[in-house]
Amino acid sequence: MSRIGVFVCHCGENIGRTVDCAAVAEALKDHPGVAHSEDYKYMCSDPGQALVKKAIEEHNLTGVVVAACSPHMHEKTFRRACDQAGLNKFMCEMANIREHCSWIHEDREDATAKAIDIGRTIIEKVKHNRPLEVIKIPVTKRAMVIGGGIAGIQAALDIADGGHEVVLVEKEASIGGHMSQLSETFPTLDCSQCILTPRMVEAYQHPNIKLHTWSEIEKVDGYIGNFEVTVRKKARSVDLDLCNGCGDCWAVCPSKRIPSEFDAGLSNRTAIYVPFPQAVPNQPVLDRENCTLFKGRAKGLKKDACGKCKDACLKNAIDYDTEDEFVVEEVGAIVVATGYKLYDVGREQPEGLKGYGEYGYGEDPDIIDGLQFERIASASGPTGGEILRPSDGKEPKTVVFVHCVGSRDIDKGMAYCSKICCMYNAKHAMLYKHKVHDGRAVAFYMDIRANGKGYDEFSRRAIEEDHAEYVRGRVSRIFRDGDKLKVWGFDTLNDEQVIIDADMVVLATAIRPNDGVKELAQKLSCSVDVDGFINEAHPKLRPVETNTAGVFLAGACQAPRDIPDAVAMASATGAKVLSLFSTDELEREPAVAVVDERTCIGCMRCALVCPYGAIEQREICTVDGQVCGHTAYVNPGVCQGCGTCQAVCLSNSIDLQTFTDEQVYSEINALCMWE
Amino acid sequence: MNSQHSDTFEPRITAFVCNWCTYTGADLAGTSRLHMASNVRIIRLPCTGRIDPLFIVKAFERGADGVIVSGCHPADCHYTSGNYHARRRFAVFHDIMQFLGVDPRRMTFSWVSASEGAKWKDVVNETVANIRELGPYEAYRALAPDAVEPWPEAVDGLTPAGDQEPAAKEVAS
Repeated sequence: MSRIGVFVCHCGENIGRTVDCAAVAEALKDHPGVAHSEDYKYMCSDPGQALVKKAIEEHNLTGVVVAACSPHMHEKTFRRACDQAGLNKFMCEMANIREHCSWIHEDREDATAKAIDIGRTIIEKVKHNRPLEVIKIPVTKRAMVIGGGIAGIQAALDIADGGHEVVLVEKEASIGGHMSQLSETFPTLDCSQCILTPRMVEAYQHPNIKLHTWSEIEKVDGYIGNFEVTVRKKARSVDLDLCNGCGDCWAVCPSKRIPSEFDAGLSNRTAIYVPFPQAVPNQPVLDRENCTLFKGRAKGLKKDACGKCKDACLKNAIDYDTEDEFVVEEVGAIVVATGYKLYDVGREQPEGLKGYGEYGYGEDPDIIDGLQFERIASASGPTGGEILRPSDGKEPKTVVFVHCVGSRDIDKGMAYCSKICCMYNAKHAMLYKHKVHDGRAVAFYMDIRANGKGYDEFSRRAIEEDHAEYVRGRVSRIFRDGDKLKVWGFDTLNDEQVIIDADMVVLATAIRPNDGVKELAQKLSCSVDVDGFINEAHPKLRPVETNTAGVFLAGACQAPRDIPDAVAMASATGAKVLSLFSTDELEREPAVAVVDERTCIGCMRCALVCPYGAIEQREICTVDGQVCGHTAYVNPGVCQGCGTCQAVCLSNSIDLQTFTDEQVYSEINALCMWE
Repeated sequence: MNSQHSDTFEPRITAFVCNWCTYTGADLAGTSRLHMASNVRIIRLPCTGRIDPLFIVKAFERGADGVIVSGCHPADCHYTSGNYHARRRFAVFHDIMQFLGVDPRRMTFSWVSASEGAKWKDVVNETVANIRELGPYEAYRALAPDAVEPWPEAVDGLTPAGDQEPAAKEVAS
């Protein structure tokens, strides 16, 4: 006979306000199999847990039901308490009367009745729980970092410095990410490249870091401690072992008018190119889409249309016939640091977005976005750091900065705040005024969000010391009028229309998750939020973890982040990975399928549906060693516990521990015992 | 049992949801304090792939007026492909349900992800409204009048597996 203890938590007021917790405890006291039932204000507190432990001892409990919050919140806490009191921790379950009851209902009577129902359901389940042992699995002490921007570099360095090998995968030809494009960084006006490039080189030269550039993630198999990641190394056409980066190849390349990604389209590059002079590795890649030779081959020309770079290469490093290569990396943990892209706010929009046609982005060369301004202001940029407008190379005497283009705009953009734009606009206005002393910088803003260390002081400095004119209000239209750009806006503080004749306009476009993040998240079994950023496991307490154990998040793949945030997150993932690697074996919940060999008929349907290949066929032999039949066998190290095999089993011979048929049917029985 | 203080028909709805998407989505609805009808009772399973169609039959037998099955969106399954198996299984099962005498209007299938707390609320409220309109599912319970047994005896969960045939399996087989 079961002796179950029921513990009803008030969660302060969170549950107690809508659920009569004492009445729930009282009602469940009489439920068959319940030996003890009580309620308490904060069950997860030390005294609350002590109540559970004391009751286990006093009443010799065989099972524990904690009616409180979601199992995702405190199941671990209470299972640990049970373990400490000598009760097998898998005999403890949570009845979720907070997220699924008190927080979503108002009527106290309804909510109390529902809480009792939920409690009964879980009591019936626990009656069929069995003591289980955790499964121990080995850990591959090697990590993968996806994305080689500042967050990825930081995470890779932290893990590598901790003594473990790291595989850093970057889809572009060089690591560095967006930070390498920036001119100066707020709020200190540090030169971005000066602080980043040493990190890039350190990562490149670190004995523990293996770099795959021009590579993408093809497939992810396995689970925490034992991932197998297939990396697609895109055909680079350049042998990195032979190439010394001399530059002879791109000097002779005839395709010279390809917009440079690094310069955000403001300058041109060749088809065989190094993204920027400080690239790591400083070796070129051949862009096959824009290469004369490959365009010729695509058209079906029998003879190669070009071949100049190969002829020019003295090291014989160029090979036009290389193909994509697949490398399987075995790692124990994965850090995702795929960063962001900017909302391309032009008239033409994929993905059902509306764009901002009225701002003329993409139509007039002097209407640019924040990254383009960074390139113009950067010493390594197309203008050598002089502020010159793209259309005619003249120095713009009036520059308008428009905040929140696509951010905080539910109708045409994203509902969220992109977080970094207020600060980089202040920086842009400041950089502009430092270089064009007689220039005029006007910023249209909605609110100024400068909530970081030294941030408010910085944006005030832009206004008070550098005399940037801040106008509170939105811009309705930007259009060309002769040599000038007319900017129509509204000053909401003075309640008047403002028309500015500008020479250049900089739009602070919204931060969006990078291309391909959703597909990557699917490969990692992580989910993305409504805006496409990868979901963290808990917004407050597990901000760098995901719901897939062993997969961590750093930087702007999780939400818009500035550099200090991204670096802090990256170091946090580093700490998470190092703590994961500090043990030789991981403990995993025994939520695995088990085959009853006495009844299994060996049809192997289960093996067909298993997503992990965890099920194999085993021979059954007679006493004299002759094979007389087959049964299925589940490898508990590989099984992840989805239970799909159980639902297809013809002979009811496979059962998923922690969600057995007995448990689920008991729950259904209890749930539907409506009076 | 809902709204004992009211005379209107309160549907009894059982929801089979996966742990990673819909259960977490329902948690989010709670954290966001999205108020919804109190008629739904959730049974948490690891994956929709784990849902045996007989669970649904069992729920109706036990007096449910409606059933919700909800899991991860296609391609978002935590276990890679469990929800695809579930989708195929329910496509086939849909016809068998009718053969068994179950009204397909009483079953709601949906995809609710971990970030769709508001969608979960809508699924709950719409299902409750639909079932309320359809009325109590007495027709099915009349088909199987003996199915509703008195409160089951507490089975000692500590005996080894297989030593006793669980009552639930008998009904299921």
